[in-house]
Formats: sequence, structure tokens, C-alpha cells
Amino acid sequence: MTPLLQVRDLGKSYGRHIGCADVSLDLWPGEVMGIVGESGSGKSTLLACMAGHVVPDRGQVIFDTRADGPRDTVSMSEPARRMLGRTDWAFVHQHARDGLRMGVSAGGNVGERLMAVGARHYGDIRATATDWLGRVEIDAGRIDDRPATFSGGMQQRLQIARNLVTGPRLVFMDEPTGGLDVSVQARLLDLLRGLVRRMGLSAVIVTHDLAVVRLLADRLMVMKDGRVVETGLTDQVLDDPQHGYTQLLVSSVLQV
Amino acid sequence: MSDYNFAYLDEQTKRMIRRAILKGLAVPGYQVPFASREMPMPYGWGTGGVQVTAACLVPEDRLKVIDQGADDTTNAVSIRKFFARTAGVATTAHTAEASVIQTRHRIPEVPLSEDQILVYQVPIPEPLRFLEPRETETRRMHALEDYGLMHVKLYEDIARHGAIATAYAYPVRVEGRYVMDPSPIPKFDNPKLSMAAIQLFGAGREQRIYALPPYCDVVSLDFDDFPFDPSKADAPCALCGATHTYLDEVITDDAGGRMFVCSDTDYCAGRQAAGEAAP
Repeated sequence: MTPLLQVRDLGKSYGRHIGCADVSLDLWPGEVMGIVGESGSGKSTLLACMAGHVVPDRGQVIFDTRADGPRDTVSMSEPARRMLGRTDWAFVHQHARDGLRMGVSAGGNVGERLMAVGARHYGDIRATATDWLGRVEIDAGRIDDRPATFSGGMQQRLQIARNLVTGPRLVFMDEPTGGLDVSVQARLLDLLRGLVRRMGLSAVIVTHDLAVVRLLADRLMVMKDGRVVETGLTDQVLDDPQHGYTQLLVSSVLQV
Repeated sequence: MSDYNFAYLDEQTKRMIRRAILKGLAVPGYQVPFASREMPMPYGWGTGGVQVTAACLVPEDRLKVIDQGADDTTNAVSIRKFFARTAGVATTAHTAEASVIQTRHRIPEVPLSEDQILVYQVPIPEPLRFLEPRETETRRMHALEDYGLMHVKLYEDIARHGAIATAYAYPVRVEGRYVMDPSPIPKFDNPKLSMAAIQLFGAGREQRIYALPPYCDVVSLDFDDFPFDPSKADAPCALCGATHTYLDEVITDDAGGRMFVCSDTDYCAGRQAAGEAAP
């Protein structure tokens, strides 16, 4: 079996400041990887480099494509990378507004990726959009409403539907529950866990919320100052942290 | 006449515009940037079309200018006078007699021939403009043929109005490659875009020129279950009785009175002169 995603010595600097450095990881099909760390630890830079939003200075991001097997997406042509970005990959932004088209109806938002890969039958597109709104627990009657009229949690669920509609194999998530209140977070996590398990998705989740990775992630990577300081199975890292920074992180969580 | 260079623009400028035109013809539907000049008329009055016309004109040409199909509206009259004065070329109102036709928002009803040039005045050349405001991004989308967003607009039309409600500036795909805004012509005219004449599009304020060579493959975008429909008002022309032409609705009084007449005044007058009258 080949890993779905192999990252090799990935590095990105902003001038003299290190964004992330010497990051390597393997992500296997169906696996969820969590990346945790404090603000400024380089986890979002790493995610952006892996997803092709930022061009890394060094390293490779090798994705196991459906057609040609493992290929380095950093050196891939831009059309090919964009095609990946709207078929096999998905990216869930922290702020739903960054990932949605606020002037376009919910149905149009979900349908955009379908139309981008060539769907040209209005009835089919609408039926798929309706189905996906149901899967993320949005009332089908809201299909023609604009996301601006949705609550924060609904916007985030709509963003997830819009991303998963083309049946991607790999999802990048940047703080998917950030900025939502606790009960909405719980519902969203429950939904995400169900979708990930049912569709057999692989995912990379960046967050500073340890509860999120405890629920969703199989494996965990802890970052500090742009470097990986500890990796391992989620429960292992959280219950028996080895690195000083991880110990600090785990002990900082408020117990209710 | 002697106070102006032929057709107002200097020769270097005309060369620059001709280069842009040739490039546009070589890459149908691609928007070629050009150094648009200040013209003695405001933006929005056809400065792009006027510059393209100036670059195309030769002294033997016969020029026709139409605005919404009519030869006698302000925009048409002033541009026709402009070239009569600065280039000294002959002008005409008859489509068949003209060698260069500058148009705003219509294609003449009479089919054009291979020895004619049709110049469009274009306000906004970018078909993706109101969907994606960033110019850098729209250029990249054109380069990568990333046109899913264009269909999102049509999807939104159907979701909101039950049909594709875009009635003018209806997006087309040229030769299976570039998505192009055919300028604000009614979608009734879209099927005519594959024609014998050379079609040139000039956008003065936006500094873009694009072109369709003769017999170019131009397809209006649509959905399988909502096919493209070149609609028009469902009535005959009140003056000439034509049922196959694009019609203007004219309000005749304050009591709801109205009539539909051909928007192409030359075509309508020709039919009336030939003895075709409303029933």
C-alpha cells in the first residue's frame, strides 16, 4: 500500500523568519492526521504549502493521484494542481466566508465544483446539492438562500458540503471549529467524524484545540517554532507527552 | 480635414492597434491589452470601437454606424460625423453597401459578407467581471480554462427566475477555448456571431481588444436541460410586419399603449420600401 500523501523535508521561510522547516510525514488512506501547536508555530503555513496555496521553498508533496500514481504536486503544472484542487482535494477554511461565495445561493455554492468539472445538467446538479445540504443537516428549503443569511455554524457546514460534493480523497482543514460556540462545535465535530468515517476520507486537520484532535485524529503532530517536536498516535501523545512543549500544551487545557 | 491625420489617430497609434487586432484574430476570444488613447468623447460613448474603426479605415471605405440597431440616434450620428470629418470617408445607412460597420449593442439583420468588418463598442470586456472582481484572478482563470464559475451564474439565474434570465451580454465559448462577452448584444443575436465578416471588439476604458475571425465556432453557454434560447418579443414589427427580427418596445402614450418595431431601422425601412407593410 502506498501512502496517499507523502511530505518530504518541506520548508518555507518568510525572509529570515522560518514559516516551517524540515517537515516530513506520511498520510495513509482513511487516516486523519492532526497538527497542533500555538499561534505562529507554522501549522497554517505547513497546511497552505501542502494544499498548494503557498509555494514552499524546499521539499516535496507527493500525492497518490488516481491516474498516474504518486506525483510531486509542488513541481506539477498549475492546471494539473488546480484540477486536483477541485476533484481529489478539498480545503475547509477557518472562516467560512473565505471558502464560500457569499453572493451566490447555497445551491450554487455546492454546485460550483460540480460545474467546474463539467456537470452541465441543471436538474442533476440541483438534486446533488439538495442531497448534500441534507447530509450536513441544512434544511433543503434554504437551497436558494445566500450564505450571508446563515448562522456561523450553518456557513461552516455549507462550506464542508461544498468541498465534499465531488467526493475528494483528501481534505485539508484549517481550524474547522474556530470561532464557533461550544455546542455548535460539538455538532460540527460529530458531523465531520461521521462524514470522514463513512466516506473513508483522509484528512489533515490543523487546530489549537486538543479536544478536536482527540475526537477526530488518528495521529498527531505537535509543532513549535516551525518544526515538528513530537508525533505519534493521538491518545499516546495526549496521555503520555514526551516533549516539554507538548507537556505544557496538554497541561494547559482547562478541566471543567 | 487637413488639420487631422487620416481618421484622427496618428499612424504609430494605428499600427499599435492593428497589432492588437491581428493578435486578437489569431487567438479568437482572447482579450488583447492595448494602449487606449484619450478620444474626443467620453468613455462609455464608444471610445474603444472608434479607435478600432480608425485603425481599420482606408480612404475607399464606406462607413455605417449604428446604435441599438438605429442609424439616427445620438451616438451613431456623432461617430459617423466624426469619421466623415476626420477621415473624409463616405458614409451610408445601408448595411449591404458598407465596408466597415461600427455597432453598439446589435448585429444588423442583413447577413454580412466576407468583405465587411463589424466593429463593436464594448463597455466591459471581461465576462467573469461580476463573478470575480480581481483582474489577476480572471486572467488566470482564462489561462487555465477555469470556467466553472460562468455556469454558476447561469445556475443562479435558473434557481431564482426559473430560466436563464440573462438577456444580453450572454456568455459564449469561442472555438472551444475562451469564454467571451459578446458585448451587450441581445442574446437573439448570439447565433449570428458565427458569420462571414470579421468581427472586432474594442473596449476603450478597459483597454482591451478581442476579435472573431470569419466562420468562427461560437457556442452560447447553457445547461443540457435548459438549452440556450435566443428569445425576442413575441410580436410582428408594427411597421414592416417582420416576425423574424429583433424588436424594440416603444411606449406610445401614458395609457399603456405600446408598439413593437424592428430595432434595425435600415432593415425595417428597406422592407417598407419594398412594399411589405404591417397587416
